[in-house]
Amino acid sequence: MKKFLVPVSGSLLAASTAHAAADNSWTMNLTSGVTDISHLTYNLHMFVFWICVAIGAVVFSAMILAMIRFRKSRGAVAATWSHSTTAEIIWTVIPILILISMAVPAARALVQIEDTRDTEMTIKITGYQWKWHYDYMGEDIGFFSTLARTSQEASQLHSDIDPKSVDHYLLEVDHPLVLPVDTKIRYLVTANDVLHSWWMPAFAVKEDAIPGFINEGWFKVNEIGTYRGQCAELCGKGHGFMPIVVKVVSKEDYSAWLAGQKAGDAG
Amino acid sequence: MSATAADIHDSHEHSPAHTGIKRWLFTTNHKEIGTLYLVFSLIMLFVGGAMILVVRAELFQPGLQFVNPEFFNQMTTLHALIMVFGMIMPAFAGFANWMIPLMIGAPDMALPRLNNWSFWLLPVAALLLVSTLFMPGGAPASGWTLYPPLVLQTGDAFPFAIFAVHLLGISSIMAAINIIVTILNLRTPSMSLLEMPLFVWSWLITAYLLLAVMPVLAGGVTMLLMDQFFGTSFFDAAGGGDPVLFQHIFWFFGHPEVYIIILPAFGIISQVIPTFARKPLFGHDAMVYATASIAFLSFIVWAHHMFTVGMPLAGLMFFMLSTMLISIPTGVKIFNWTATMWQGSLTFETPMLFAIAFLFLFTIGGFSGLMMAMAPLDFQYHDTYFIVAHFHYVLVPGGLFGAIAGCYYWLPKWTGHMYDERLGKIHFWLTAIFVNITFFPQHFLGLAGMPRRIPDYAVQFTNFNAMSSIGAFGFGFSQLLFVYIIYKCVKGGEKATAEVWDNPEGLEWTVPSPAPLHTFEEPPVYVSRHQVIGRQ
Repeated sequence: MKKFLVPVSGSLLAASTAHAAADNSWTMNLTSGVTDISHLTYNLHMFVFWICVAIGAVVFSAMILAMIRFRKSRGAVAATWSHSTTAEIIWTVIPILILISMAVPAARALVQIEDTRDTEMTIKITGYQWKWHYDYMGEDIGFFSTLARTSQEASQLHSDIDPKSVDHYLLEVDHPLVLPVDTKIRYLVTANDVLHSWWMPAFAVKEDAIPGFINEGWFKVNEIGTYRGQCAELCGKGHGFMPIVVKVVSKEDYSAWLAGQKAGDAG
Repeated sequence: MSATAADIHDSHEHSPAHTGIKRWLFTTNHKEIGTLYLVFSLIMLFVGGAMILVVRAELFQPGLQFVNPEFFNQMTTLHALIMVFGMIMPAFAGFANWMIPLMIGAPDMALPRLNNWSFWLLPVAALLLVSTLFMPGGAPASGWTLYPPLVLQTGDAFPFAIFAVHLLGISSIMAAINIIVTILNLRTPSMSLLEMPLFVWSWLITAYLLLAVMPVLAGGVTMLLMDQFFGTSFFDAAGGGDPVLFQHIFWFFGHPEVYIIILPAFGIISQVIPTFARKPLFGHDAMVYATASIAFLSFIVWAHHMFTVGMPLAGLMFFMLSTMLISIPTGVKIFNWTATMWQGSLTFETPMLFAIAFLFLFTIGGFSGLMMAMAPLDFQYHDTYFIVAHFHYVLVPGGLFGAIAGCYYWLPKWTGHMYDERLGKIHFWLTAIFVNITFFPQHFLGLAGMPRRIPDYAVQFTNFNAMSSIGAFGFGFSQLLFVYIIYKCVKGGEKATAEVWDNPEGLEWTVPSPAPLHTFEEPPVYVSRHQVIGRQ
């Protein structure tokens, strides 16, 4: 089995260093991610953002202009009008048109996101206080994924370990979820105790994990790499300490990894 | 405007029936109860503020330096509960008590004893809530949304916290009843409903919202209590219940609650801007209709707080579209305020500065709200610092700035003295700058992927968290100046005239400053928004 594993870990290492190399300490915007849906979401986000900027530019200019031109100290004399039906119609109708231009692409995106047909494999994600459990449906493979020991030690109150010295502080786990690239993967999400939420920004996936209920959704990752996310629903004292790490590998590497797991190799 | 009402009431001033602490415990006077509400909310501002400074201190750097995660979660939970139920709602109830009778020519609130009771429940409820910190297991740590099953893991404090929420709700319901009855029955007969000032209108609508949704919250938390102690399974799937049911109940209350907080602020801004623009409010009636539409829509958008619970496509579509609709009447209000300033004769006293900051910053909060209304985008924004930035932009420079603007605006009427304008302006600039340093970077944190309600974070979030913490401390300490300005104004200062400002609109400016304990014992004749003649 070992011979299969060498290329896997090699490619994973390359991917994770590529991610670590970028300085992201001043990141201000949403990620464009690595799925078609996350690109769609990102583009929609930027579209709406620029609409807001444009509206803001108009409205704020009017306010600033009023403050400059109509100052009493500059001798402005107050008018007495307090009504204009034309103006009111204009600033009701134009926003409605803008809203429609936003609602149409948003509705289209929703339809795409909710289309769970033709998935190729299924994983089940279960939230626990405070770790994730992953099951590969039909493969008889399942494991817990817990915060890495290095992060655990550094995150203790008054620990003298500098978080900056820890690799992927709070975003590293002992057993990442390993998945194949270019595969439409269906996920089922549930929880065992309280609410959790499985959030992977790079996939634009956030799905609440609800005890006693199963939510479903899908994603299809376009790029090999290691992706990091966190629990997004307050679940108690360990809420900030149950990260999500997904290693997306080539289909061949995935088959090799699967075979390794089945043979009982922890690697 | 005539000064006859003022002359008459000068000779009328009664001294309070009791002195010392009894005066405040037993008072049924709307002005004294208004003062109690306002002082209480100012105290709570610092209690809730101190709690969030613990949180911001911990978040200044990655790693845990000061508190453990359990205590961190208790602080965020209590901060929100206290700020919402103990600070901002009582602040607006204080304005309602003081100003509604003065603005509609009523001698007092319609139900004075109920008024006393609805105030005095508040300190009791607040004490009960804060005391949960010292109970075994600590205060509730589930976030102010109290979602089960997590909230059921609260220690001994659980029933006490629920009871505190019940008391706060009862207080709000009684205040709402009182406000509705006062506006509808004690309004001077010559003032028609549509002639009422915007502040009164916005409170009338707010009071109906309170009546409609506070019982829903009470029902929801009572079901929690039943699940915990009486073996029911409303929210437990193992017994046939559903944890998401609580979220529906909570947000059916919670979304109108957002408007319960912001509508009275809208009302205050609608009073302040015309005064300092020296021009009547643009589209008065449209403002009333816009407020009513916002209130109506607030009942049919609640599930936009829970887009990620796994709703069907039709549900996502409905709540997305209905939420986006709210931006229409809200936009109308922003445009109308801007149009009020257009061709006015503007001066920039402290209340006006806060009102203008409100216009700009509330609009920014509106933009992020519009972005989050879009369900596919909310899958990314939900439960991150983006939402934290959003709701603080609408609640702090929105709700709180509205309250501060109102405080400066009416302080001379309450105390009979002008506040220190120079200090007021310093307070404004400190507050306006720090509020942006605190909350603007949180947009970036959320978009970059930082979840909310975490006590520790990955190192790439360090810079903006440090910035936000510095802003929060600056903002918090700047409010000490606010307290000093109020104290100084109560103690003395330049004598205020009855009108205080340059020919402002409204009946409250026809009574002397300070407003005597009893005013409008006989209804004044209301001619128009700009003209009042003594009494009938």
